[in-house]
Amino acid sequence: MSTTLLNVIFAVVAAIAFAALNAAYLVWAERRGAGRIQRRPGPNINGPLGLLQPPIDGLKLMAKQLMIPGGTDKVLFIAAPVLSMFPAIMSFVTIPFSSTIVARNMDVGLLMIFAFASSGSMALLFAGWSSRNKYAMMSAVRSVSQAVAYEIPMLITAMTIVMMTGTMNLMEIVNQQGPSILHWNIFPVFGNSHNLLMPFSFLIFFTCTLAETNRAPFDLGEAESELVAGFHIEYGSMGFGLFFMAEYANIVIGSCVTTILFLGGWHPPLPFLGFIPGVIWFLLKIYMLIATFIWIRWTFPRTTIYGLLNLSWKILIPLSLFNLLFTAGLLKVF
Amino acid sequence: MSKPIQLGPDETFVLNVGPQHPATHGVLRVKMRMDGEYIVDSETVIGYIHRMHEKMGEIKPYPQYLMNLSRMDYLGAVGYSHGHVLCVEKAAGIEVPERAEYIRVIMVELNRIASHLFWFGAFVMDLGGFSPLMYALQDREHILDMMEAVTGSRLTYCYFRFGGLYNDIDDQFIDAARRFIPRMRKSLDKYDKLVTGNIIFRKRLEGNAFLSKETCRKYGASSAVARGSGINFDVRKNEPYSVYPELDFEVPVFHECDSLARYNVRMAEIEQSLRIVEQALDKLPDGLFMAEKAPKIIKPPAGDYYQAVETARGSFGVRLVSDGTKTPYRLKLRSPTYSNMHLFDETCRGMMIMDALAFMGSLDLVIPEIDR
Amino acid sequence: MGAYFSEIFKGLWSLFIGMSITFREFFKPVVTVPYPYETLKMPERYRGHVELIEDEEGKPNCIVCMACERACPSNCISLDGEKPEGSKKKVLTKYRLDFTKCSLCGSCVEACKFNALTFSKEYNLASTRKEDFYFDLLQRLEDRNK
Repeated sequence: MSTTLLNVIFAVVAAIAFAALNAAYLVWAERRGAGRIQRRPGPNINGPLGLLQPPIDGLKLMAKQLMIPGGTDKVLFIAAPVLSMFPAIMSFVTIPFSSTIVARNMDVGLLMIFAFASSGSMALLFAGWSSRNKYAMMSAVRSVSQAVAYEIPMLITAMTIVMMTGTMNLMEIVNQQGPSILHWNIFPVFGNSHNLLMPFSFLIFFTCTLAETNRAPFDLGEAESELVAGFHIEYGSMGFGLFFMAEYANIVIGSCVTTILFLGGWHPPLPFLGFIPGVIWFLLKIYMLIATFIWIRWTFPRTTIYGLLNLSWKILIPLSLFNLLFTAGLLKVF
Repeated sequence: MSKPIQLGPDETFVLNVGPQHPATHGVLRVKMRMDGEYIVDSETVIGYIHRMHEKMGEIKPYPQYLMNLSRMDYLGAVGYSHGHVLCVEKAAGIEVPERAEYIRVIMVELNRIASHLFWFGAFVMDLGGFSPLMYALQDREHILDMMEAVTGSRLTYCYFRFGGLYNDIDDQFIDAARRFIPRMRKSLDKYDKLVTGNIIFRKRLEGNAFLSKETCRKYGASSAVARGSGINFDVRKNEPYSVYPELDFEVPVFHECDSLARYNVRMAEIEQSLRIVEQALDKLPDGLFMAEKAPKIIKPPAGDYYQAVETARGSFGVRLVSDGTKTPYRLKLRSPTYSNMHLFDETCRGMMIMDALAFMGSLDLVIPEIDR
Repeated sequence: MGAYFSEIFKGLWSLFIGMSITFREFFKPVVTVPYPYETLKMPERYRGHVELIEDEEGKPNCIVCMACERACPSNCISLDGEKPEGSKKKVLTKYRLDFTKCSLCGSCVEACKFNALTFSKEYNLASTRKEDFYFDLLQRLEDRNK
């Protein structure tokens, strides 16, 4: 076997391991974060600080009986959780963790990530449709319309960045976001953009990531108080476990893409802090964004379906289109 | 009353929001005929927790029946005991010392605040925000601790007796109550910022679930359901009882008739209850907590007596028909939530299910009180 | 047009205010008590199930007047007494409290004129058999005195 093939296999296995470890331990972080926001401890009994809670939960889920209700479409029923985990793991292959750590850097890395994200919303539809349950059907219908509505502003905003940097290669996009914080894409001072509306672009992209991953306040798919558990109502044991892990893996992917596009990837905020390796900065930024995801979930109530769709079609899409045209105009002029 | 739902030949399906559901706050079954996400018709089915309180009223002598009232609505138990005790005292002609009346009012208002806090937490949790529930329950714990130090139990207080109270309050309770009032005002400010001003929350409630004045009058709704639609009726002001005429407070009324108006009414009621507790603590006289000549065996003269009080959920009435013996001939409990709930069937036609469940949350239903 | 933008900005600002409140609450101390590693002290007037009060010799104060049995709304109390030779007052031989029906109302404590009953502070009662909750209060009094 040649060394490049070995490298690729090693990198892919490392990406999958990173995704799985994150998915498991983000559950721990969310439960402890939610606990502290609500002034209670969160899990602290299993292991020191409750760190053994995710493996024990995983063991519990594996020990349960995998039940397939009668009358369901068996192929779709079993395929749905696998399909939901698949895009998240595959997208990890192109994400550059630092200037040298990347599994396989592709020239169309951004396009690949968005393509896989679209196929992830199919998994929700399969789960809801094949469950033969009115609650699951209603929730699947809601989730699909939400996923379609929020992909559009996300892609338009990403197109704005691509227009400024001129490439879809994720490594290149980060390389162009210079040595200090003022060169990041979110801040328009010295960066490529010279566009004062860039922070709003970041907010639009962040909101779309929240909506694409079915996180509160956009979690109508799993609205726990109304449609008890939504599209995964009929799933027990590992089917539910896979949906759960897939949600957190999607969150990590969303944070990674946001960091790369807007927050400068692995660049330190000030040049003299460059002795700390780039990986640490990248991970720090991702985890700060994930902490914000968790913070937002436990603060706000849920929007209604038409409030959510109105937000997308009437507010986010016009604003992001305007930003796109504005950036195009600025690039032409300057 | 809407007629029972049948499956029609059109493309609608029946969704059963069954007795076990996180949003119905008790065992209530709602059969909804849905067209996609819109409700075409609905029928509420009650009776899953009927415990025959009115029958027990016909069998048990008066002092033994006091305990039943706390179990009717466990979240605002003291108000219900108050109504029953006032009715029997009116019938038997028992005088209550003034200190006991003031302490009763303090307990009732504190319990009203606790009940509204629990409603607030559960309502926002229904809408999807999980944190305000924990903050509201923590505030409620302060009230429950205070009342536990006086009465001995946290939820089902068997504290009122005919002629006064079970035992007296001490200085520790008065200090704790005085310290609680500014703390609760700060918390109300926090809820204002976290929940009431939040745009997601406002979009959920503003303009939804329009409940007209005529519908409220038709079904006999009371408390926040009626006051959120512009009907200015509060038993404490319109048919005063106990020491309420001597206390200065306002009745919040909003005219927008939507869910946000009902929410605002309840939050304003918490502030008014704090005012009442402050004034009652200032005016608390010394004296006995139990009437000296309170009879042990109560035999009211034959007749028909009615007493209504304002509880956290509305106008609770006790009708006592006595025939001169130790047990009542008939004891009828008029449950406010029973009237408040039945307007759900008529109002929810054409709503989406999320709005209908938010509407149900804003009605503040406690099912054991409906079923008694 | 102006309303469209002002609504967006005001809405966004209200979201940030809400987030700042939860941020502040994150750093405040935990209010829960980690039961069973730590327990709370019950207040003095806490209503556990009733217990017999004893006098200086260790005998219960009860003279078997049956007032508590008559006052109980749920018929949980049953007691027996006998009159020993040469004494005017009855002595308690059996006091059975059926705790599965007791509603902790306090009518029995209130009805007793001889200071024989009081509330205990027991809240840790859990068992898998119904028979464990048919309390023999006289037996419990003797167990406490040993």
